[in-house]
Amino acid sequence: MNIPYTVEERPDTGLANGKLGIWLFLASEVMLFGALFSAYIILRVGALEWPHGELSIKLGAINTVILISSSVTMVMAWASLKMNEWGKHRLYLTLTFVLALVFLINKYFEYSAHLAGGEGPSHSTFLAIYFTLTGLHGLHIVGGMIVMGYFLGPGSKMWKTSPEQFANRIEYTGLYWHFVDLVWIFLFPVLYLL
Amino acid sequence: MHPDPAEVKKTVRRYFMIGAALLVFTGVTVAANQFHFVVPVAITVALIIAVMKGSMVAAVFMHLSHERRWIYGALLLTVVLFIALMFMPLLTMLEHIGTPLDALRAAGGHAGR
Repeated sequence: MNIPYTVEERPDTGLANGKLGIWLFLASEVMLFGALFSAYIILRVGALEWPHGELSIKLGAINTVILISSSVTMVMAWASLKMNEWGKHRLYLTLTFVLALVFLINKYFEYSAHLAGGEGPSHSTFLAIYFTLTGLHGLHIVGGMIVMGYFLGPGSKMWKTSPEQFANRIEYTGLYWHFVDLVWIFLFPVLYLL
Repeated sequence: MHPDPAEVKKTVRRYFMIGAALLVFTGVTVAANQFHFVVPVAITVALIIAVMKGSMVAAVFMHLSHERRWIYGALLLTVVLFIALMFMPLLTMLEHIGTPLDALRAAGGHAGR
């Protein structure tokens, strides 16, 4: 049995089902991170003093550069498929995966430095919200890597049987990945600079 | 949307340009932080740059600049609810539970009378 509207657009929405599905999922993600940003505002406004300069701006900026670069490689992975350039698609998707891994390694060093100094989430309100926000964001990075790993491995077979559907799947993965980048674009100034 | 290969080829350069612009804006954000503005100004500057960067990612990388009506509808609802969520902390200021009665009277509150 074939699932309808995986490639062709539905006449009523003008969209393939996957596209509408991923956008609704991203809408729920906006509310999830929004709730945590809202919690951050409450905690910050209610705090008598708020630490400044506790996080390494250098590491945060490097991670921002890494995620922005990964967004470019991700969109290029999709564009390469649309231009029928399989080799380039593999290269760009692998690059995105590697950049995500480098982001997590960076984060590991950052977390380790804090934890080694006894600065865990229970140390202060700031660190509690820092670990919660960046931890949740890190889990999203891991989720994205799992999906990319699937499309670099067993999932790539679909390119031969249904190239349009495969390109759509990469597009949806890209939409998720750009959202993860977008969240970091706000997390960086809020946690590291302000 | 199903853009054809020729159309996609034209946008490739744009993707790299936007990527470069995002990196420049990241540099500007970090540089602005060196000026040690007072907190309200620092927050405003940082958030304006973040909104600009976020808009570029959404418009170009996520193709929101030319999407279907249904996507815009879903996102409009999300934006409305997100803004409501951001203003939720204001409600905590209206909440008087736990405030000593004397403090409420001094602030001009009715103190439950």
